[in-house]
Amino acid sequence: MAPHTEQLTRPAVQLRSLTRSFDGRTVLDGIDLDIPAGQFVALLGHSGSGKSTLLRAVAGLDHEVTGSGQLTAPDRVSVVFQDSRLLPWRRVLANVLLGLDGKEAEHRGREALAEVGLKGRERAWPNELSGGEQQRAALARSLVREPELLLADEPFGALDALTRIKMHALLRELWERHRPSVLLVTHDVDEAIVLADRVLVLEEGRIGLDLTIDRDAHARGEYRSRLLAALGVTEDVR
Amino acid sequence: MTTTTLDKAADVVVADERPRKRRRGLAPGKRLPAARLTGPLLVLVLWAVASAAEALDAAAIPAPWTVVETGVQLWTDGTLITDILTSLQRAASGFAIGLTAGIVLALASGLTRTGEALIDGTVNLNRAIPTLGLIPLFILWLGIGETFKIAIIAIVVYIPIYLNTHAALSGIDNRFVELAEVQGLSKLRFIREIVIPGALPGFFVGLRLGVTGSWLGLVVLEQINATSGLGYMMFQAQNYGQSDVILVGLVVYGIFGLASDSTVRIIERRVLSWRRTLSS
Repeated sequence: MAPHTEQLTRPAVQLRSLTRSFDGRTVLDGIDLDIPAGQFVALLGHSGSGKSTLLRAVAGLDHEVTGSGQLTAPDRVSVVFQDSRLLPWRRVLANVLLGLDGKEAEHRGREALAEVGLKGRERAWPNELSGGEQQRAALARSLVREPELLLADEPFGALDALTRIKMHALLRELWERHRPSVLLVTHDVDEAIVLADRVLVLEEGRIGLDLTIDRDAHARGEYRSRLLAALGVTEDVR
Repeated sequence: MTTTTLDKAADVVVADERPRKRRRGLAPGKRLPAARLTGPLLVLVLWAVASAAEALDAAAIPAPWTVVETGVQLWTDGTLITDILTSLQRAASGFAIGLTAGIVLALASGLTRTGEALIDGTVNLNRAIPTLGLIPLFILWLGIGETFKIAIIAIVVYIPIYLNTHAALSGIDNRFVELAEVQGLSKLRFIREIVIPGALPGFFVGLRLGVTGSWLGLVVLEQINATSGLGYMMFQAQNYGQSDVILVGLVVYGIFGLASDSTVRIIERRVLSWRRTLSS
């Protein structure tokens, strides 16, 4: 757990009335958000609720989008996309090291691959890896830069259910070891509860619900219904 | 078709009491050994048999062994090698210039908006004019020497290389551009790590078209406006009714074409080795 004093003094991400719009349609409508250093935040929302827009804004990837507001983010930011986005023409290790140089970096790249369970696959081509392995390599690529903030845009959305469970455990483990702040965009309520310390629900460009998850409590069911209610989903009780 | 030699499979058939018919395969099936050589060899055999039976007019279509004899003779008296070297030099110079121009223009046009505005339309206009139609003008400008031949071959070569490389450059997946931004790549590094490797498959398509084009240009140029080279040798042979010499020339052109195409293929397979995992 991150120390409270640090939380109070310097949040890793700070948004103040962040607004973004496409073709006159407001997607983000004045968002205020602080993410303390080392916090694992999940961002839930329907398709089109603006969660990817928010993530892209924090990542600095929204070049041609009109908007206003203030945004502070750390220098070292890594992004994990829904697709692994490995360059098919570079071997796995070269993909992990994309943009880095030197023996030191290579050493760290090998370590990162070992950490995600891909030791021995350094010389493989991305196409030779399974979907889960590709996403592990993508995680290694984001880790090797020792990010202060890890942004993940539905990183497990394209994986099968069993692989996804393994990846959840891996991500949580990596986070516990390296302690970056994490902003994970997902549409999977259970994924959000399993992984995050804090779950935000984005609704019509605003944060509709900000829920702190007490990981020790056995209140998963309650979190689940509250989050689903905030998303406008009602479950039949049998 | 319904019975199988495996015992297990036979058991299943009995248990089902209904023979399980294997579906009729719609694929053409296994490839015959040396399939690509079968057709050409058959033609060669037919040609030899017909010549031996004297069913062919030897003045129009000489026997295969006559062609070989003529080839050996031309080779030993040194005229063939001189003509081959002259032709090769023309093709190689034109090809090298065309290749360089194609790559440089494609990069300039694919990577900068100014370059695109200046170059892309111009090249497409150039493409609309059949290059061999430029021959008269180029003779007026450059004279009838080597320069104009090399210039025409260079134009024939650069167009497909430019077009395919440029298309590949502009078709680079935007997701990879985003990745490069996230990873903080410099412009130069982005070009080296993503743009060039990503455009290579398209470049190789253009390269192969360019190689074929250089031979085509060479043949045309040598047969109408030359005083040396393979095409000239064949043109002279036509005047003297030496069909065997013409056939020797064609065989040499064929060898050139095959050899250059195979070379490009081998290079392509090496450079694009990461693709093998996709096709296999």
